[in-house]
Amino acid sequence: MHSFWIIFKQAFLTKARTKSFIITTLVVVASFFLLANIPNIIAAFEGDEAEENVLHVLDETAGLVPELQTQFDLMDSGIEVVPTYLTEEELQESISEGTIDDYLVLTQNGQLGARYISESANEMGSGIEIETAVQALHTALTAESLGLDDSQVGQLFMPVEFERQAISESSKSQEELSQARGLVYVLIMLIYVAVIYYPNMIAMEVATEKSSRVMEILISSVSPVKHMFAKILGIGTLGILQMMIFGLGGYFAIQTAGTDLTEGFFSVMGFSEVKISLFLFAILFFLLDYFLYAVLAALLGSLVSRTEDVQQLMLPMMILIIIGSLIAFSGISIPEAGYVTVSSFIPFFAPLVMFLRVGMLDLPLWEPLLSIGIMLVTIGILGWFGARVYRGGVLMYGSSQSLKDIRKAIRLGNNK
Amino acid sequence: MALHVEQVTKKFGDFTAVDNLSMSIEEGGMHGFLGANGAGKTTTFRMILGLLDPTHGTVRWKGKPITYSNSPEIGYLPEERGLYPKMKVEEQLVYLAQLRKMSKADAKRETAAWLERFEVPHYGQKKVEELSKGNQQKIQLIASLLHKPSLLILDEPFSGLDPVNVEMLKRAILDFQKQGATIVFSSHRMDHVEELCDDMSILDRGKVVAGGSIKKVKRSFGKLKVRLNMDADLSGLSKISGVENFTKTKDGALFQIADEDVAQVLLANAMNLGTLRHFAVEEPSLEEIFIAKVGKNHA
Repeated sequence: MHSFWIIFKQAFLTKARTKSFIITTLVVVASFFLLANIPNIIAAFEGDEAEENVLHVLDETAGLVPELQTQFDLMDSGIEVVPTYLTEEELQESISEGTIDDYLVLTQNGQLGARYISESANEMGSGIEIETAVQALHTALTAESLGLDDSQVGQLFMPVEFERQAISESSKSQEELSQARGLVYVLIMLIYVAVIYYPNMIAMEVATEKSSRVMEILISSVSPVKHMFAKILGIGTLGILQMMIFGLGGYFAIQTAGTDLTEGFFSVMGFSEVKISLFLFAILFFLLDYFLYAVLAALLGSLVSRTEDVQQLMLPMMILIIIGSLIAFSGISIPEAGYVTVSSFIPFFAPLVMFLRVGMLDLPLWEPLLSIGIMLVTIGILGWFGARVYRGGVLMYGSSQSLKDIRKAIRLGNNK
Repeated sequence: MALHVEQVTKKFGDFTAVDNLSMSIEEGGMHGFLGANGAGKTTTFRMILGLLDPTHGTVRWKGKPITYSNSPEIGYLPEERGLYPKMKVEEQLVYLAQLRKMSKADAKRETAAWLERFEVPHYGQKKVEELSKGNQQKIQLIASLLHKPSLLILDEPFSGLDPVNVEMLKRAILDFQKQGATIVFSSHRMDHVEELCDDMSILDRGKVVAGGSIKKVKRSFGKLKVRLNMDADLSGLSKISGVENFTKTKDGALFQIADEDVAQVLLANAMNLGTLRHFAVEEPSLEEIFIAKVGKNHA
């Protein structure tokens, strides 16, 4: 056990201290801070252009501008209404010159009307806000002329209750679904990247040790199987550490950005109603996925004699991971599709796809448990098989770079 | 006998890499392993180390097979240099020693002492890939014996070294033997084996074609030679019975003789022919034995 921890520590520490690891971690965390602060950054840029929030109004009514301002203030829109006394031609010229963005013509021919003129359709977004304000103004004016009081107006505009309900038992409510979608997407992405990144690291490590022939010294000191699993565990721990740094980095990034988790961008991502269980499942499925592919990667890494050949041999494994991710990503919009359900029980795809289903649907507990069971058994079998190949593979040198060498390696390992 | 290799055979499919090989080394002995490339030296070493299991036969170290439980007693220098290219020298020496159950503090202290001995104390913080081949070889040797193994297996320890470094490593290996270690090493260089070892084995295509103490091997090989340096015509001496071969040299002649008695007869006869400048009875060198035993198969 002693030597197991020494290899474990070595695999963990030497990788954790490399420049590439430190830089990657810092860059990702920094990008989190950047992302979280995007609203603030945009605001900072926009702050200079006070013009943005000024609406020029050409008033053709009997002085309704102050009341329009009142409506904007009620909406908390921050738009400042400025009456203009220029002609429309002059205003349009100002727009094309770029001194103003848009203007509003307010008319009252028996009924309140308005025309909104902006340079391009891009300004349409604010147009909606303005329309709402004008509509509110119209309502207020009409109510006044009808002699309604405030509570009557209130009743008139009470929104109806409109609820969506899905019949399928496993389906989540529409609201839950759109909230889950963003978070599940991000987590699947994370697991996917991690499962490509860390097993690759293992294959490279093993191939480097083999090509530099330090492997012969290592396996004459400790058994290859111990060596293999200590390495997988060491790099796995490194992976979890890095993910935790990312997680904490992301959390603090959002904290420092001063934005509320329930607002804007983050509400879309579904961070407002974070379920701890989802994160636990994410960690569990990441680990399962990692171990599955790490054993495979170590096996493949043990077959090559030169580090240059690693990528070639890893290709079939990469394709498996990519197929799994494609199923998972496509399943985000249709989590109940048959092929998604089936592949959530196929070991090589299960971690990503079952996580997707757990995230998007209300599954009975036995489904993820069965899938986890299947994966554990597969990892066990692969571990046993991988250890056999590894034992022979690390002693094999020559221009070997095809999967056929697995048989040769097992034979060599068996001779042992 | 500390290391016992008994009738060991290793087959890879139809190919027999090592064929019925036996050898024994006493505790504290130094055994030379000679053989052309592909003779089975590395396979034999791997079987001794327990990396490969023999198809037949047994390997015993102090009466027990070598497994991972007694691996701390074993030191190994592989033929192909095996170190982490990007790891610092001290760090990896300590790591490898720790795997052989040496404590970190001891490993650090010993590393410093060995680097000092090899006159490269400042290399501890360098990466291996920054070192010259000769210096990498020194580090490799340190890696094999840092944890004070009682059995040291060296596969081609001197290849690719300049004569100064060869001397330095030889002395280190001899000192290590004096401390009680049993050493097996392989080499292409017969002179190294001749100089360092008491016993040796010559391997040819998996078989031991000559083995035992070097003295005995030379004796049994026979083929003593007499070197005579004189100006007279020596061709008449080739007719003396017991002279098996006669070669003219620049300074006189070289006779291959059947046994030591023939040398005396040669000397007596030569003295009648004129002034003798040099007379010597020469044992066959290992090189000759090697070429005689192995060379003809390769010719």
